[in-house]
Amino acid sequence: MIEVREISKRYVDILALNKISFTVDKGELFGIIGPDGAGKTTLFRILATLLLPDDGSARVNDWDVIKQYKKIRKNIGYMPGRFSLYQDLSVQENLEFFASIFHTSIKNNYENIQTIYEQIAPFKNRKAGALSGGMKQKLALCCALVHNPEVLFLDEPTTGVDAVSRQEFWESLIELKNKGMTILVSTPYMDEASLCDRVALMQTGRIMEINAPEAIIQKFSKKLWAIKADNTYHLLKDLQSFQHIDTCFPFGENIHVTLLHGEADMNDLRKYLQEKQHQELTITTILPVIEDCFMDLMTEDILH
Amino acid sequence: MFAFIHFVKKETYHIFRDKRTLLILFGMPVVMIILFGYAIRNDIGRSDLAVVDEAHDAYSAKLIAEINASAYFDVVKVLPNEASIDNSFRKEEEKIVLIIPPHFGQHLFQPQTGKAQVRIVADASDPNLATSLTNYATAIINTFQGHISTISQPPLAIIQDVRMLYNPEMKSVYEFVPGLMALILMLVSAMMTAITITREKETGTMEVLLASPLPPALIILGKITPYILLSFINALLILGFGNFLFHVPVHGSLILLLAESVLFILTALSLGILISTVAVNQQTAMMISLGGLLMPTVVLSGFIFPLSSMPVALQWLANFIPAKWFIIILRDIMLKGNGWGYVWKETMVLLIMTLFFILLSIKRFKIRLS
Repeated sequence: MIEVREISKRYVDILALNKISFTVDKGELFGIIGPDGAGKTTLFRILATLLLPDDGSARVNDWDVIKQYKKIRKNIGYMPGRFSLYQDLSVQENLEFFASIFHTSIKNNYENIQTIYEQIAPFKNRKAGALSGGMKQKLALCCALVHNPEVLFLDEPTTGVDAVSRQEFWESLIELKNKGMTILVSTPYMDEASLCDRVALMQTGRIMEINAPEAIIQKFSKKLWAIKADNTYHLLKDLQSFQHIDTCFPFGENIHVTLLHGEADMNDLRKYLQEKQHQELTITTILPVIEDCFMDLMTEDILH
Repeated sequence: MFAFIHFVKKETYHIFRDKRTLLILFGMPVVMIILFGYAIRNDIGRSDLAVVDEAHDAYSAKLIAEINASAYFDVVKVLPNEASIDNSFRKEEEKIVLIIPPHFGQHLFQPQTGKAQVRIVADASDPNLATSLTNYATAIINTFQGHISTISQPPLAIIQDVRMLYNPEMKSVYEFVPGLMALILMLVSAMMTAITITREKETGTMEVLLASPLPPALIILGKITPYILLSFINALLILGFGNFLFHVPVHGSLILLLAESVLFILTALSLGILISTVAVNQQTAMMISLGGLLMPTVVLSGFIFPLSSMPVALQWLANFIPAKWFIIILRDIMLKGNGWGYVWKETMVLLIMTLFFILLSIKRFKIRLS
């Protein structure tokens, strides 16, 4: 359904995309996971026919993004990273407008947007600019769906949205996927990766790994600990200077740690931290999540 | 067509929901007409007048008395000679001076000895005021001539020599309407279109519009259609106000006048579109419109400063200012009552300019971002 081959895109002084390749199957919910500046938006704009790649090719629904952009524009739903609806139009007016530019009406495709629309329907006469962050994104999704597209491109739809709305948003995506829609979604939130069928982990214009989220986690072979103490900053500094440290990253109030020789270095680490006089020290073995895998891949990436 | 109608509807919502847009669209033209109109001061009360009486005879005294007795002038000062006029004008003590040369009375009754002359010198730094004043003065002198002629045959003749200091061209009282029309239409049509299109870019909605099946030409057309209509209403507003408040006539064909206005609106709109293809945000669009359109329209169109007194290079440059041609057309139709035969050349110039701008915009309009 989506086929990206060796796509590169350079802005004046940075390489935003560096030979990206991946494919998304029909009916798949595919996630592009990566921090700000990874190149997600550039990738989405190329696929939505809004930017030309410098190199490589891409096809959406078997149409070329450069030559057959007109066909693609008729058949995709695109939700840009920035809120891009008319703030001075009401919810209803926005929806009607976006339906009209695709030569359809809300009624024609109502079942497509029904579950999402019902959540924003109580505010249908409110101006889009006066909606909360979560409501805005739901409206934007409705507008991207109102013409019943075959492929949906959602660029960071949950950024800046509260936890409850994020969850509702993802429930809607999964429902759409179950109806057979192909969805490409990007997010900087690693915890959302597990909701996708497959994810591509992206960093500084390159894809480090493409796989099902469970498979990525399974690949993580190292032993992982969460360490906590009264002063997280000092703890991090001390861990970084520990001689057998492999990786250490702050993760909420914990620090996630892997060691060069795994379990074998643990006793030394305990001693070391006691010498440094950390109070309320707790060390627990944990199972990795996507973010740990991401950090691990990133470290390897830098080393190579 | 379905999408187009909805697009225009959406655009109309934008216009009528934004107070600032509305203010610029309708507030500004009205304020400008009233400001310009009253700055001209058509109705002048009693004005101060100075005399230089070099004749010192009974008839010069009679003429001065007649002027003083009129409803328009107070003779406030007697100046010693012509040379002192400049000084007196610079002090802004009066705006008009009547000079009666020596032997006025003698020449009047014995034409063989010379011609009876009076000279009127006006401070034309306010050209409209100066015209009105000299018109009043010559009218009074003509009446005076009529009075004294009844006692003599053949009729007595006073030769009047009117001189306008500081602005020898003497622009008509009415000329502000064509100029203002060009200015407002340029401002409203070009700047507002440029701003409204770049706003879509700035808020990111252009991204969604481009990713939709809407053809770019339809996006632009949908955006400018309401402005064509509103600009036309503005043109009617200016003509109406000019006629109603300031009695500015339309001597020629109103239909032709309105048709030419529509053409000029299209010129301005196409310029606005062109600006929007260059500007990345509303602020840049505004700066380009003000600096690149408004300034030349005011300075180089002949609206305020006469083109004939400009350096050759500027006169040449003025040919590229659409407003110059539009003002010529309007003056021909409104003030001189000329028809199509007189304005077709200027119309062609505007038409070619418009087509050029549209072609350039189409060439420059991007079907993608950046």
